[in-house]
Amino acid sequence: MAIDLIVNGEPRQVQAEGDTPLLWVLRDELRLTGTKFGCGIAQCGACTVHVNGQARRSCVTPVRLVQGQEVTTIEGLSGPQAEAVQRAWREIDVPQCGYCQSGQIMSAVALLSQSPAPDDAAIDAGMVGNICRCATYVRIRQAIKDAAVTLEGRT
Amino acid sequence: MIYGKMGPADLAPSPKTPGRRAFLKTAATGLVVGAYLPAFVRRAGATSTLVSTSAPGSGAGAQRTFEPNAFVRVAPDDTVTVIVKHIEFGQGPYTGLSTLVAEELDADWSQMRAESAPADVTKYANTLFGIQGTGGSTAIANSYEQMRRVGATARAMLVAAAAEEWAVPAGEITVRAGVVRHEGSGREARFGALAEAASRQPVPDDVPLKDPSEFRLIGTELPKLDTADKTAGVARFTMDIHRDGMQTVAVVHPPRFGSTVASFDDAAARRVPGVLDVRTIPQGVAVFARDTWSAFEGREALAIEWDDSGAETRSSDDLLELYRDTTASPGAPALNRGDAAGALEGASGALEAVYEFPFLAHAPMEPLDAVAVRTDDGVEVWMGSQIQTADQGAFAQVLGLDPARVRIHTELAGGSFGRRAQPAADFAQEAAHVLAAVQPGTPVKLVWSREDDIRGGRYRPLVVHRLRGAMNARGIAGWQHTIATQSILTGSPFEAMIQDDIDPTSVEGVVDMPYANQHLSVSLHTMDAGVPILWWRSVGHTHTAYVVETFLDELLVSSGHDPVEGRLILLRNSPRHAGVLRAAAELADWGRAPAAGRARGVAVHKSFETYVAEIAEVSRGDDGLPRVHHVWCAVDCGVPVNPNVITAQMEGGIGYGLGAILYDEITLEAGGTVREGNFDRYRSLRIDEMPAVDVRVIRSTEPPTGVGEPGVPPIGPAVANAWRALTGESVRRLPFTAHRDAAGRAVEGGNG
Repeated sequence: MAIDLIVNGEPRQVQAEGDTPLLWVLRDELRLTGTKFGCGIAQCGACTVHVNGQARRSCVTPVRLVQGQEVTTIEGLSGPQAEAVQRAWREIDVPQCGYCQSGQIMSAVALLSQSPAPDDAAIDAGMVGNICRCATYVRIRQAIKDAAVTLEGRT
Repeated sequence: MIYGKMGPADLAPSPKTPGRRAFLKTAATGLVVGAYLPAFVRRAGATSTLVSTSAPGSGAGAQRTFEPNAFVRVAPDDTVTVIVKHIEFGQGPYTGLSTLVAEELDADWSQMRAESAPADVTKYANTLFGIQGTGGSTAIANSYEQMRRVGATARAMLVAAAAEEWAVPAGEITVRAGVVRHEGSGREARFGALAEAASRQPVPDDVPLKDPSEFRLIGTELPKLDTADKTAGVARFTMDIHRDGMQTVAVVHPPRFGSTVASFDDAAARRVPGVLDVRTIPQGVAVFARDTWSAFEGREALAIEWDDSGAETRSSDDLLELYRDTTASPGAPALNRGDAAGALEGASGALEAVYEFPFLAHAPMEPLDAVAVRTDDGVEVWMGSQIQTADQGAFAQVLGLDPARVRIHTELAGGSFGRRAQPAADFAQEAAHVLAAVQPGTPVKLVWSREDDIRGGRYRPLVVHRLRGAMNARGIAGWQHTIATQSILTGSPFEAMIQDDIDPTSVEGVVDMPYANQHLSVSLHTMDAGVPILWWRSVGHTHTAYVVETFLDELLVSSGHDPVEGRLILLRNSPRHAGVLRAAAELADWGRAPAAGRARGVAVHKSFETYVAEIAEVSRGDDGLPRVHHVWCAVDCGVPVNPNVITAQMEGGIGYGLGAILYDEITLEAGGTVREGNFDRYRSLRIDEMPAVDVRVIRSTEPPTGVGEPGVPPIGPAVANAWRALTGESVRRLPFTAHRDAAGRAVEGGNG
């Protein structure tokens, strides 16, 4: 079936079975490969994208459910939260292997969009769905706090 | 290991064991690779600090931009590209090796770029292995002089070019931060402007290297070259490669190790939209599809009958019982110092214990994958190859090619932890068989799912240790130690390291324990099981450090010693162990009592010639498991090339090891099937379980050693020792969850 989406601000039409996970439409059809496959069962968060601004695990989201919706991937990330997060990530060299980091960043941006100054518990709650096998968690936590400080300075 | 941060699993357990020397003598064809010739070429600059050697673009125009025959390239745009022979999966070789070159070249860090070396053992061998591969936390250790020489050679040629152009003595020319300058005439030039002229200079035979006191980059926290791309989502992994006409392939593997396909019905699978073909290969049944999801869906629709006649059908419990019984008598002697049995006869307060360790999967974030295509003259492969020489050989063998016709592009890999370091090249073989099933010119992408990864074997072996030991007024009275496990090296290209029936990776960390002890006996039962195994980040040290450091801790505490002070007394002949232990104790303020409800434990261990001490502060969590609040870590890895990368590897090693000891177990059920299949049952540590970590990197002038693996071994025993201090409970069966029911209550059967 033909499915219309708005991906990173642009209208896109894809041909896919309706129950195909959004992840594979993004990666294999639209070649937006920043969004990663890690588990396929919404356990690791590597596939996290934003649907209408909310973090969503694309590996278990049938593409038909996002017909007409706004999907944002790491490639289309923008705005003050995104800039602050990615800058903080670079400044303290968060990534190791890097494979999970798109998902981590998508979750972090969603967290800061809803909770501009998260404490440790809020960071844990917002990021607990994203596994990093390299265990870069210490730096993820620090980078989110650094980004929050940056954002606070702007307002 | 080779590492995975990394440690790849240990290809070389300890550079100082006789076994390893013997291996080098027989296998290392050239310890010093003579490919120091820098290439100065014209090439457009790249915006990223990562350079793709092989952008497999979607069009026919995709081409290799060059055939590097060296380690460094200076381009007219003033970029300096280091061709890195070690796979990057987060442990930092792109940054580390580039730092070594930049140091001697006197380059500016902002002009440095890194790219992956092609598979070519004549140029890119690991100088400690003799083959091209990453492991045993050796990337920096084996490259330290080699890469510095590369930089110094390039610098000398740039200086010679400038001297010739400016008609001044070379000795009057200085180089600093990428600028070549002659003070007397005031002339200066950047590297790029001299590249062409430098390429015409003779290559000097020998160039002096800096005295470490002259280092400007080594020892500083230079930003990592791969961070920007990995933060923007544009770093390319094998999984992200697409080629026109590519078929994506998923393989159904046997549900038991050693089973084979008896028969299958693919009618339903072939009706799945997008499925193109179904074929048997030696590894199982392969579904060829137009995209990944179609391949996965097609695979689900297959009906397969398996022939289990050659399968391993024993359960983990069966194997544990067998191993436990086996350790009741001594095995092949690995070490006999003094008379441990005699010393322990009649010793008072002797402690006896049995330790049990499960199979473990590595579970890197990016499951195994490869892209390959048969070309006019061979085959081209893109994958996270960790032992390129072995993977090259596998493709060559399956496809009937000369290995030189197998061009492997080593891609960034989403973790490894040992999983991609495959001496037997099983995965490359599977990819080669998949490739053989399609027409030449048709690219294939083989993708493993998470379930393939967790159930696919190549585990850290199941292990049982049995010990008896005692203290007396002078220290350790005697220590008897028997181990039962499968051999990792048997059947691998590293088999020559096995001597007198002792696989050094089975006993490393025990035979070389640093504590003063005149009576130590260690023996090994090498077990046969049909479960494929592999090194797992820090290899034998994953279990030996746990056993030695918890058993010793019990002996010390039960004889009235403080865990730190007691260790220091026994470490009188091991200054570097003592050094990191003191540093960690100072960092943790060990003398200060922890908050109510918390306790601390310590462990110190050397692996891969790097010394690490860790102190963990622990309370009892709501789930009845240890909650680790804080870890203080000190590491001595010789010259610290990049303290920030070293610190990151300690943080990561602690998190990786902690998740494993708390939660992880691959369980063979009755009949031999694997219970766990994904991150729901094979738990990974998550952010809310990650302790705060403070790391102190010891300033040292010793030759640099690795950091990918050595952060892992001490965390388990440090937590277990803290837990025993808190609860009185000795945990001798891992993981910790093996002792808890769903409500977090202690259950029977755990503690020996």
